[in-house]
Amino acid sequence: MRGATILKANEDKTRQLNKHTLMAYVGEAGDTIQFAEYIQANIQLYSMRNSTDLTPSETSSFVRTELARSLRSRSPYTVNLLLGGFDPRTSKPELYWIDYLASCAPVPYAAHGYAQYYCLSILDKHHHPDISLEQGMKILRMCTDELKRRLPIDFKGVVVKVVDGEGIREVEYEDGGQVLAP
Amino acid sequence: MDALVAQYSQPSHSAQDTTLDDSLALSSKIAPPLSLNFELPPIDSHSAWLRAMTDDHSNPQCPIKIAHGTTTLAFRFKGGIIVATDSRATAGNWIASQTVKKVIEINSCLLGTMAGGAADCQYWLAYLGMMCRLHELRHKRRISVAAASKILANLVYSYKGMGLSMGTMCAGVTPTEGPALYYVDNDGTRLAGNMFCVGSGQTFAYGVLDAEYKYEMEEDEALELGKRSILAATHRDAFSGGFINLYHVKEEGWVKHGFMDTNPIFWKTKLEKGEFSNVTSKLE
Repeated sequence: MRGATILKANEDKTRQLNKHTLMAYVGEAGDTIQFAEYIQANIQLYSMRNSTDLTPSETSSFVRTELARSLRSRSPYTVNLLLGGFDPRTSKPELYWIDYLASCAPVPYAAHGYAQYYCLSILDKHHHPDISLEQGMKILRMCTDELKRRLPIDFKGVVVKVVDGEGIREVEYEDGGQVLAP
Repeated sequence: MDALVAQYSQPSHSAQDTTLDDSLALSSKIAPPLSLNFELPPIDSHSAWLRAMTDDHSNPQCPIKIAHGTTTLAFRFKGGIIVATDSRATAGNWIASQTVKKVIEINSCLLGTMAGGAADCQYWLAYLGMMCRLHELRHKRRISVAAASKILANLVYSYKGMGLSMGTMCAGVTPTEGPALYYVDNDGTRLAGNMFCVGSGQTFAYGVLDAEYKYEMEEDEALELGKRSILAATHRDAFSGGFINLYHVKEEGWVKHGFMDTNPIFWKTKLEKGEFSNVTSKLE
């Protein structure tokens, strides 16, 4: 978005860091991609040098440190992140909520910006740690429907990616049409 | 007719020796016009002054802290209307009370809810209650929800730009309208609808409510959903909390379904249903 104009509707706002870690970003135009690709490059460099991947929790520490360093610099990155990964050693999925002030928290579900106000109460109610992918997609539909229904902004669709033991894949997500407030 | 009402609403001893002028003057006191004539401070722009004095967000040292922050909701379903609120009043970051009654019982079939400035809501909804009673005395039948909400909407509109702060809902059942729900706020908006959530916690309540709301719900389902939506808001919104106040408006009139502490309800919901999985219940 630039001013009141949409430049591109289907931009992928995620970067794959290694085989099983994906980072989604929002924030200041320009900052976002610069920071995400800087992180991506460094994580990939680590994998090449050491022939092993950083785990999601190690990755989150690296990202947080870089944001904390940037925060006290002359031009800090204004970027908020969600870091999702699958730890092959523990065989458990992990999610980290990271903001531009370099807070980092492991959470079962997360959102940034206005979406928090609309979606967290839905996730509070419907999320359980042992749900299936199918149930998870149902909850996601509840969330996107609620945003369509109540948020005055039309965000023109979403990109959905799944991170699990097999790696990272994009999944088809039908728009589902208009949702009106009752 | 106002004079008539005035005559009978005064004690009989004071009605003696009154001239017509007196009784007219009296009647204007008893049944005041929609917009009361308050003394206003000698300031050019009331709203700008009030904003400067009360805007806690831009100026944390502001001298006046208005009691704000709420979650209230009401929705229509096949069995009537559910009205639910939290009970917290805050002034700035200070929790001023945890036991506020934010549902005003206007009469046996009409309820009003409070969100926004506590004083404004309390005063003007009590005033609305008085106007509704006078309507009843004058016309020998209960006021419609549409008319009651319009009295309030016209009233707040007459004070527009002078800093009133209120977001209210009027819910009631009348023989002419059936179950009716209206939203009225301080900029003069008045809307009829099936579902409203008002206050700083509104988005959290909408999240839960929208996901499972159906007009064809049973009574117990609807009560549970209203309660759960307020719980969601008290959990995520710092300015909502305390007790859940739950009402059901039916054809026969409203029924109160309790003033329930949120804390045990939260832990019961978490431990028995496994919701709120981001909160840990173990000490580590």
